[in-house]
This record gives sequence, C-alpha cells and structure tokens, in this order.
Amino acid sequence: MSTLNNCADCPAHNKANLIKLGLNLENVDYVITMAGNPNTGKSTVFNNLTGLHQHTGNWPGKTVSRAEGGYIYSEKRYKVVDLPGTYSLLSTSTDEEVARDFILFGQPDVTVIVVDATRLERNLNLVLQILELTDRAVLCLNLMDEARRNNLEIDIRALSKELGIPVIPASARRKQGMDELLQAIESVASGKFKCKPPKIKTRSKKLNHAIEILAEKILETYPGLPNVNWVATRLLEGDNSIIEAVRTGEIGSLHEEDLAIQN
Amino acid sequence: MENTVIKSAKGEEIISVANTARWDLGTDFHDSIVESIYEDASRIANKSVKQIGEKQAYSFDLKIDKIVTSRWLGFPLMFLVLAIVFWLTVAGANYPSGLLASLLIDKVHPFLKNLAASINMPWWLDGVLIDGAYLSMAWVIAVMLPPMAIFFPIFTLLEDLGYLPRVAFNMDNLFRKAGAHGKQALTMSMGFGCNAAGVVAARVIDSPRERLIAIITNNFSLCNGRWPTQILIATIFIGGLVSPGLAGIVSAGSVVGIALLGILFSLVVSWGLSRSVLKGEASSFSLELPPYRPPRILQTLYTSLIDRTIIVLTRAVVFAVPAGVVIWLVANIHIGDLSIAEHFIQWSNPFALVFGLNGVILLAYIIAIPANEIVIPTVLMLTVLSTKLSGVGAGSGVMFELDSIADTANVLHAGGWTLLTGINLMLFSLLHNPCSTTIMTIYKETKSAKWTLVSTFLPIALGLIVTFFTTQIWFLFH
Repeated sequence: MSTLNNCADCPAHNKANLIKLGLNLENVDYVITMAGNPNTGKSTVFNNLTGLHQHTGNWPGKTVSRAEGGYIYSEKRYKVVDLPGTYSLLSTSTDEEVARDFILFGQPDVTVIVVDATRLERNLNLVLQILELTDRAVLCLNLMDEARRNNLEIDIRALSKELGIPVIPASARRKQGMDELLQAIESVASGKFKCKPPKIKTRSKKLNHAIEILAEKILETYPGLPNVNWVATRLLEGDNSIIEAVRTGEIGSLHEEDLAIQN
Repeated sequence: MENTVIKSAKGEEIISVANTARWDLGTDFHDSIVESIYEDASRIANKSVKQIGEKQAYSFDLKIDKIVTSRWLGFPLMFLVLAIVFWLTVAGANYPSGLLASLLIDKVHPFLKNLAASINMPWWLDGVLIDGAYLSMAWVIAVMLPPMAIFFPIFTLLEDLGYLPRVAFNMDNLFRKAGAHGKQALTMSMGFGCNAAGVVAARVIDSPRERLIAIITNNFSLCNGRWPTQILIATIFIGGLVSPGLAGIVSAGSVVGIALLGILFSLVVSWGLSRSVLKGEASSFSLELPPYRPPRILQTLYTSLIDRTIIVLTRAVVFAVPAGVVIWLVANIHIGDLSIAEHFIQWSNPFALVFGLNGVILLAYIIAIPANEIVIPTVLMLTVLSTKLSGVGAGSGVMFELDSIADTANVLHAGGWTLLTGINLMLFSLLHNPCSTTIMTIYKETKSAKWTLVSTFLPIALGLIVTFFTTQIWFLFH
C-alpha cells in the first residue's frame, strides 16, 4: 500500500479530485460512517475529508453525538457521519448505542474504522465487532507517525488479508494517507473492492441453529431488517437495550428512521 | 396505532423464543462470544505487528506521567499550571482590553453621540440606544474578548497535548469520594473558561445522576467573566493591606484562594447532593491516559477562536445589549425625586448590610444577570449615582470603568466600602446565580425547570450564608 512519488498520474495523487463540501449534504451518492475507539483521531480524519472544523481534543469521549459533513471525490458525492468513539458495541453506554444503531440500521455504504496503530490489538476488538455488522469497511490505520516513533512495524498486507478489507496507513494530523484513504473508500463504495471479512469461528452448531430460528421469527415481523443475525445473537445474549427495542417495536422504526436520514 | 399493538405483541413472542433458546444454550455462551473476539484480535495483532528495538517514546510518556500524576507533585503542578494559564490570561488581556476600550468607548461612543445630536435624536432614544445598548455591548467586547482569545487557545493547547485527562486522573479520587463522576474534573476545568461550556461538556458523563451533579456544581468554577472582578477587588482591598512590593503576590494569592474555595464547594455540594436528593453510587469508568501529542498550534488557534471565543462572545453580547438598556432606564426613570435605581438601593441597603454587602452590589447583580463581565461597570455607575460624586463618569446611567485602579478605589471608598465589603463581594462573586446564558444552557441540557431552578438558587443561598457568617465573625473582632 505504500505510494511512490513517481505515480503522479494515479488518481489518488490528484488533489483536485477532492472537493470538500462542509455541510452541503444534498443528493449524496454514498453514505460513509466513521467509527473507532476514543482518541484515535477520528474527528481529525473527518475534518480532513469534509473541510469542517469539528473541535478535536486529546481526551476520550469528546464527540458526544454524531457529526455530519460531506465531500465530492471523483465526481461522486459522499456524506460522512462521524460517530462517537467507543471501545465496543456490546455494552450499554449512550455513545456505544449511537454508534451501534447507525452501523446496524443506517446501512452505510462504507464504514471507515479509524484505529490507533500503537494500540492495534485492543482496537481490533472493536474492528472485529464492526465487521460482524457490515462487510463494507475500510481500516484507517491512524497515528502511524507515533507507531514509528515507538519503533513499531506493522505488516499492512498481512493485516489487510486477515481482515479482508483495505488497510490504509495514515497520520491524519499531518494529513498523510488521506488521498489513499479516499481512493480506498471509493473502491469499496463502488464495489470495485470486494471485502471478505472473517467470521468469528468458534461458534457451536447449537448456537447457529438457535440464531437461525430466531432470525426467521424476527423477519416475519420486520421483513428486510438488516443484520438480523446480529440482532438475534444479542437477543440470545439478553442484551437489554435490544430486548427493549424489540419489545416496543422501536427496532423497526430505527431502521426506517435511518433510511429517512439517508434519503 | 393498531399496527404498533400487533408489532409489540409480536415483539413479546420474539423475546419469549429467545428466552427459551437461551435456556438451552447455557449461561456461558456470551463470554465465549466475547472471548473468541479477543482471541482473534490478539492473533491478528501478533501476526501483523512487530516491535523493533526499544519502546522509547512510550517510556518517555510514562516518565512524564509519573511526575504529573504523582501523589505529591500532581496537585501542586496542577495548581501551578492553572496559575500560569490565569496569569497569562490576565496579564496578556490587560493591554488589548485597554486598546479596545479606548477605541470603542473613547472614540466611537462620542462619535455616535455627536451623530445622534446632529440628526436631532430625542434624548431618551439616544440614551437608551447609545448610552445603554451600545456602551454595554462595547464593554462586554472590550472586557471579554481579549481574555477569551487568550484563555481558550491556551486551554485547547493543554487539551491537545493530553494534559486534561491527567487532571481528571488526579481529581478522580476526590470526586468519587464525593459520590460524583471522575470526569466531573474535566467539566469543572472547562467551567474555569465558561460555565455554559462546562455545562455542555457534562455530556461526556453517561449517568444522568452524576451528570446533573456536574451541571449543578459547575457554577463553582470561577468563570472568565468573574476573574476581572476578583482581581480588581483583591488589588484594591487586599493588596492595599500590605506594602506595595508584596501587593501583587498577595492579591493574586487571594484570587487563587477564591478559586480553590470554589473547587472545595464543588466537592462539598456534590457530596451533599449525592447523599440526599441525588442518591447513588459513583459509577466507575476507565480513564485512558492518552499519549502526549505535540499540539498543532495554528489549527488550535483557529478552531478555538471560531468555535469557542466567537460563539461565547456573541451570546454574551446578545444578552448584554438589553441589560444596558435596563441599566440606563433604572438610572433615568424617576419616581418622585429619586430614580428607580436609587429607590432600590436605599430600600435594600439595610438587608444587604447584614451580609456585609450593600444595595448597590445587590442591584448590580440583578441587572448584570446576562453577563458577569458587566458587574464592575454597573457597580461603579450605581455607586456614583447613589453617592452623587461629581466630576467622575459620564452622566447618570452611563456604564464606565475608570482608567486607573486608584480612581476606582476612590469611588468605592467614597461609596462607604470597607475591606469587609471587598471580601464579601469576592465571595458573592464566586457564590451567586449563574449568568443567564448558563441558566439557559442548563435548561437546554437538563430539559427540567426544577433542576434549572436548583442550579440557579442553590449558589445564591450558599453565597448569602457564607457572607452572613463572614460578616458576623468580622463584627465579633471589630
């Protein structure tokens, strides 16, 4: 994925290709969302893409609700939704719910997962959880400058192969890797790159069977509900917020709401 | 409607299927799902990440953290950093403030007056618009803009560098002992800039109970609008007690003392609330100490100027303009021989003296609800009005601030102020209702009239209690 300077004709090097739209969000072709652990520079990447100046700060949890912006790249209009940073999608804080609901029901065209290259292992927990929900994702391996400072060497190819999605090394604060990121987003959004995310392996037959039965039952009531297997798994686990959403019927309207936001 | 009923019946059905299935699966499968994710994560990370040589930078971070979060040095360093930030703000704001004041008040104001006279504007309209609305706006801009333009960028740089989580780390234990959330240390620090910003920042706290505590107690962080009042009064009344050589340090020290008292009140009130009306356990949270990152100076200057300074200033101006009109009106509408302002001052004086304050201060705080910045100009204007000093100021109901501290001191002494009045004004400036911008923000954030009222009146009650006891103890010894 390293880029040499002599490929000046490569579209990724044509900065004129990027038009930052700020808050102008009409007639978008693709919706992309940005997820990641707190304090990985998500907001900085978001600002780089959209030309907005959302406040960034070096402390966890400062994006309190989702922020939206847009850009044009290669003649396509993109809407970007920046989600609050979370460590996982499993527990119950408001931040985690906002992030989870959007990836789950908003059905973004591409989910850009921003991770801290210096803390890859812990960040991967969230990455794997997100890849359970969507198979159209790009990993932005941010803070590469710090990883280098820490003498960490990351095998981008191996990581990309394991996760089945494009992996782009970046230093958003220095605006490095942004062109490559834009290109990767485009190739996933347009279907040029087919993602093959791993499925969590260690799952018993019994569990898979239970998920199947429950998923069928859910689809009877909410036909076309995305990520029905994931919802079924959470129900089996006894996830209170999902149980509540099924009980009140909110799970259906969440889906509709997010569709409405997209259109 | 019918559709919802059917869906919710179906929902129950889905849940009961899930409950039966869960029974079959056994209890530990949730753990096994989580475990399998962790295993995969660690496997992938091991495959793709290699450590070559020493972890230099990381251990450097650790060394700094050992010092700034150490048991003995953590707090003194924190106070030192805060003191330097405030000193830079106060010292740096002095000159541009004076420049803005001389431009907006000494140059533009007479120009507008002449313009109004040349088009024969009626005197009352000219008074309301130019002496009231325009002057108060000019004051807020001159007094507020320079300190905010210095304070917010410095604060944002500290944030960018990664110092704020260390402050929260140091304070966390104290706040948890008080039954509040450790992150309240962060919202409290934001409050030192602007309480409205601090109240909004309380969104980072998940638990509604702890978030309310953080919102209610944010007012105990001395905000930007109150620092100038504190410094001026401390310089006149407390710095005046010692030799000129020591005056600077002593008065600065007393202001830091008031700020620390504010932190103490923040802790004590949090403790009281979490043991009475907002009962509950402090929720634990894991606070990650992020790595130190070199701040991006230019970008920080830009975003903090646009995002914070301009927005907060605009809101203050919006509130200050009507306040200016009110000040002019109460000073110029006469009932009998006296203006409304004089009536109120004479009527409330006996009550105010019990608290070691005076009628002028009470009226000033009522008029200046929109912005703490206009308290001192209002106090001076009302003092001159009520003592009928001649040769100072620009006429009745015109807000002004005197050029030198000595002039201000003379006006206040003529108005019957003593050391006790000064101390009590400093205390009351710390412990009174939030400004109307903050009150509105509290309502927006809590959506509760009840908690907005509590946040408004609790500090006033505390302020009256504290000034009352200070006064009574003072009289025991004098």
